[in-house]
Amino acid sequence: MTVRRRWDRHAVERRVLAVARVVVIALAAIAAAGPLLYGIVLSVRPFAAFVADPLALPSLSEIDFGPYATALRSEDDGGFGLARFMRNSAAVAAWTTVLAVACSVLGAYAAVRLRFFGRDTVNGFFLAVYLFPGIVLAVPLFVLFSRVGLTGTLTGLVLIYMAQTVPVALYMLRGYFQAVPAGVEEAAEVDGCNRLQVIVRVVLPMALPGITATALYVFMIAWNEFLFALLFLVGDRERWTVSLGIARLGDFAVPAPVLMAGSIAITVPVVAGFLVAQRLLVSGLTAGAEKG
Amino acid sequence: MTGPPEGPDGRTPTAAPGPGRVYHRRGLTRRAREELHGRLLVAPTLLVVGAVVLLPFAAVLVLSVQELRLIEIGALGPADLGVSLANFADVLTASGFWAAVRTTLVYATATTVGSLAAGLALALALRRPFRGRGLMRGLALVPYVLPVVAAATITEMLLDPQYGAVNEAGRRFLGWEAPVDFLTEHRIDVAGLPVPVALSVVVAFEVWKSFPLAFLFLTARLQAVPRDVEEAAVVDGASPLQVFRHVLLPQLAGVLGVLALLRFIWSFQNFNDVYLLTGGAGGTEVVAVRVYRELVTGADVGSAAALGVLMTAALAVPLLLYLRLVRKGRL
Repeated sequence: MTVRRRWDRHAVERRVLAVARVVVIALAAIAAAGPLLYGIVLSVRPFAAFVADPLALPSLSEIDFGPYATALRSEDDGGFGLARFMRNSAAVAAWTTVLAVACSVLGAYAAVRLRFFGRDTVNGFFLAVYLFPGIVLAVPLFVLFSRVGLTGTLTGLVLIYMAQTVPVALYMLRGYFQAVPAGVEEAAEVDGCNRLQVIVRVVLPMALPGITATALYVFMIAWNEFLFALLFLVGDRERWTVSLGIARLGDFAVPAPVLMAGSIAITVPVVAGFLVAQRLLVSGLTAGAEKG
Repeated sequence: MTGPPEGPDGRTPTAAPGPGRVYHRRGLTRRAREELHGRLLVAPTLLVVGAVVLLPFAAVLVLSVQELRLIEIGALGPADLGVSLANFADVLTASGFWAAVRTTLVYATATTVGSLAAGLALALALRRPFRGRGLMRGLALVPYVLPVVAAATITEMLLDPQYGAVNEAGRRFLGWEAPVDFLTEHRIDVAGLPVPVALSVVVAFEVWKSFPLAFLFLTARLQAVPRDVEEAAVVDGASPLQVFRHVLLPQLAGVLGVLALLRFIWSFQNFNDVYLLTGGAGGTEVVAVRVYRELVTGADVGSAAALGVLMTAALAVPLLLYLRLVRKGRL
């Protein structure tokens, strides 16, 4: 006699979904970490061993951090100048961060606390800027900057990165500022602080974690940016940023481990910074999502 | 909001002091001070954004009707400006333009769908807590923050026809006879079906880089879904899929719509991925790469600007739609 198991839709769905869940998580883990791990493995493995067996893991005795040193050394010392690219990028990203955060702190405070003519228009305008195609702006900026002699300078890049990051910084800061109770500010005002003093002495300290997260995000965007660096700096190797540097080195016959080492070296600061500020960044980016 | 006195709708400036006026230093009402300070505080941002976005946008419109080569920029004066629609005619009839438009649409649509599907799948999979969930959430965001150049360089290595891991694995485990050049191959027949190889690679790359953002927003939205409706549905005998279809999906629809619009807008204008991975080879030339090529390789400012104007016009619809959604308070 056959025992016929009842075709239970719920049980089947539950079982299939349980399997799908594990598969999705496993795939996501591989997708997220796989390429980075692959890059790290390649960067410390001698190229000959890699060509002989592209799928093997390096043995401990093989591991060689030489490619990192080669990538970082300046060209005069037989390296590829990555340390200099990193200094350039750090300077550009730091200036961008300071200026963009300063501007957006003021703008975000105004957007959250003050009512003024055109506030909504201004906010909508910044959003539009955030979504406007960079490649379209690249054409006139290239022409305009050539005319005023800003191509080939890091100052020009800082200006562009600033304009491109201020809208998202403003959006994030608005979320953090809304969480600061207005009552404290009013108390400070009653005590005789003027508007700037209120911002500097009350709002900034209370929203400091949020401002830090925003600054990190802006830094990341500026550090990673490629298109405008390519357009403005490609002819001037002294001023290459990390993204431009790695992209150009990829076009030359640079040994694969060195190229991988360079890619990992420019990634580490970004990923480390992100992991440190992850919780804050996430809450800042998704501030509006709960409303749905 | 601060203070009691406000204009009638909080937007229009009131010249005359409203009721409950509070006079302050310099004789300004609280309301007028707010007005003034608000404008002063956004001024620096407006100035920079105006100089680097608004002015160039006006310039791109002007440039698109000039017959201008890159070498002539140095000597360019206002007197040299004219109006000619030749650039638009050239751009629209150039070989490969409509193919690029098609590629761009396919690329943007496919990435949008892929990115949302992947983000949604992971957000749902990580909904119930388990050991290591926090770690997984952090890890899932890594592709989004990586420098795109580093990611592209590693991907190129991974797909290398000679010693890339993918081809090696294909040879060893799947019995591939010849290596596949993923970044230049236009089409390969798989089981009789033509598969656009290079285009699939750039789509997969952008999905990989962008799904974390969708995951992030969907996770945040999922956390705000009230549990009781779901529990009631389960008590009433709804299957897991029915719960998803009739309880969760309607809750997520708003965020999904906004995310779809955003991703489409971003992918439509994406330059980095395609330029870095394939340079436009193998049927992956999108309009953004064409703009770059007209500007840098072709040194034809007018045509590049005209292409840019056409791109902006095409994006106007999703952009306005997005702004309307934002105004309505969604996101």
